[in-house]
Amino acid sequence: MKRLSGYYVFALVTLALPVLFPDNYYVTVVGVTVCTNIVLAVSLNLLMGYAGQISLGHAAFFGLGAYSSAVLTVRYGMNPWLAMTAGTMMVAALSYVLSRPILKLKGHYLAMATLGLGIIVHIFFVQADQLTGGPDGMSGLPALRLFGYPIDSDLKWYWVFSVFMLLSVLFSLNIAKSRAGRALAAVHGSEIAAQMLGVDTAKVKSHVFVFSAVLACITGSLFAHQQDFVSPESFSFFFSIELVTMVVLGGLGSTFGAVIGAVLLSLLPEVLIVFEDFEVLIFGAILMVIMIFLPQGLFVALEQTFFKIVRRKRKEPADAAA
Amino acid sequence: MDQLLQFLISGLTVGSIYALVALGFSIIYNASDVVNFAQGEFVMIGAMSAIFLLKDGLPYPVAAFCAISITVLVGLALDKLAIEPAKNATVVTTIIITIGASIFLRGAALLIWGKEIYGLPPFTGDQPITIGSATILPQNIWVMAGTAAAVMAVKYFFDRTLMGKAIMACSFNKKAAYLVGINVQHMLLVSYGLSAALGSAAGILVAPITFMTYGSGVMLGLKGFCAAILGGMGSSMGAVAGGLLLGLIETVGAGFISSGYKDAIAFFVIMLVLFIRPSGILGKAESERV
Repeated sequence: MKRLSGYYVFALVTLALPVLFPDNYYVTVVGVTVCTNIVLAVSLNLLMGYAGQISLGHAAFFGLGAYSSAVLTVRYGMNPWLAMTAGTMMVAALSYVLSRPILKLKGHYLAMATLGLGIIVHIFFVQADQLTGGPDGMSGLPALRLFGYPIDSDLKWYWVFSVFMLLSVLFSLNIAKSRAGRALAAVHGSEIAAQMLGVDTAKVKSHVFVFSAVLACITGSLFAHQQDFVSPESFSFFFSIELVTMVVLGGLGSTFGAVIGAVLLSLLPEVLIVFEDFEVLIFGAILMVIMIFLPQGLFVALEQTFFKIVRRKRKEPADAAA
Repeated sequence: MDQLLQFLISGLTVGSIYALVALGFSIIYNASDVVNFAQGEFVMIGAMSAIFLLKDGLPYPVAAFCAISITVLVGLALDKLAIEPAKNATVVTTIIITIGASIFLRGAALLIWGKEIYGLPPFTGDQPITIGSATILPQNIWVMAGTAAAVMAVKYFFDRTLMGKAIMACSFNKKAAYLVGINVQHMLLVSYGLSAALGSAAGILVAPITFMTYGSGVMLGLKGFCAAILGGMGSSMGAVAGGLLLGLIETVGAGFISSGYKDAIAFFVIMLVLFIRPSGILGKAESERV
């Protein structure tokens, strides 16, 4: 109960927002983007933060989800849910096949391979224009229906995304405290030591890679239906980097760190837009300053400071009594 | 055969640029274990400064020299202001810092130079030279010769000069280097300056062939990173070999298979190489310490 109390507060706030502000642009429109980014950041954190395997190509799986939904429903008239399932199966299979050779690599070589994967998938979206509509992208996806009701307003989409996001966050929080999560932490600490303790490191890494890819893929499918438009631009190298930034900015290895990073990085452009041409410059500067002064990430740094204060508070009366 | 010669010429030209960028990557990596993702921005700053100094009426060699100096100053500032204060950061954190720096530099370039596309005039005319049925532009020769000279100079610096040897010592073991009296921080600063100089030289060499905008640094930087990895991170000559190889793969892929997929082919080959040799072509396998 106590372990998840932070989560319950977070869930309450997320679900209360649209009730309190049903017509607010920042809740229903920006809120959906924020939820999308949170799921992606949390899924990437499973791989990067928990298992310690860097990925610079996470946007590829997000994009594959979006494009498989778009292509299967628009070009082949498939039922949206069926298309989503087919896309997810495909990404699961692809990521499983790729996981072993890719995750055999370490450090910068792993960064390079995942970066390459992201760029290859992006180029495929641009070049296979018969299928994907090329750089112009494609639109006209059928509406997604849930229990017979079409999801056709910003507010309804907010509900879908927020529930999906909350489930992903819960899943990630629980994984950290499970046997699988401890195996991931062991792999992160030292692969050889983990092997000595009987952890099948290759299998553990491969599983978390597939999990993380599948989560991103489902998000992509939902994103495609919500936007009713997909184009290669949304799934570029830059977006992969943005996702990594979210995870690291909030605090690598902490689910709520990923959440905070995602919220911050989704809202920052909305705020910085008033600076017009200075936007890029300020964005870069903020990124550098946070990472230089809080290298463990915003959320983790705040958490540590908070606990330090609490501990001091508790200690003071004890000292006084003595 | 003639077609192959043409591919060889353009491949080696592009490859030379990648080689210089990759060399910059590997110098900084060797000295400080940091992968500097702002490396591509050095190329862009070098080229854009040269373009605008030339526009302001400076003679070509002076403009080029000033442009390299400006970039070196940027490189030194990057080390002093962003890398040095974050000394104890992890690898991923330093990667994000350099990415932040590259976004910052791009933002600054956007403010100073705007979004327009610019080019430099070729160093010495644009009369193509014909070899068989292949043609070569004077600028291609400049690029290859310039790269060769720069690589040789770097090799001489690391093999023969005291400072170069001191930097090598830092890359082997920082603490030991410090104990024998090497100023480690100073050496890091020098390697950032050197790396910036190489990047800007690459930018000035290539600007007459490909055009430049404030955003050109990104792809060049990525390709340089690929080349450095392909050769084996941390091996200088590996980086050069990786760069040339990457340029060749790209041109041959574009010529024989599809120009739209040329980058995809290059990345595909790199991934294959990594699957077979997980530490790059000339890299040494590392063992993990428990």
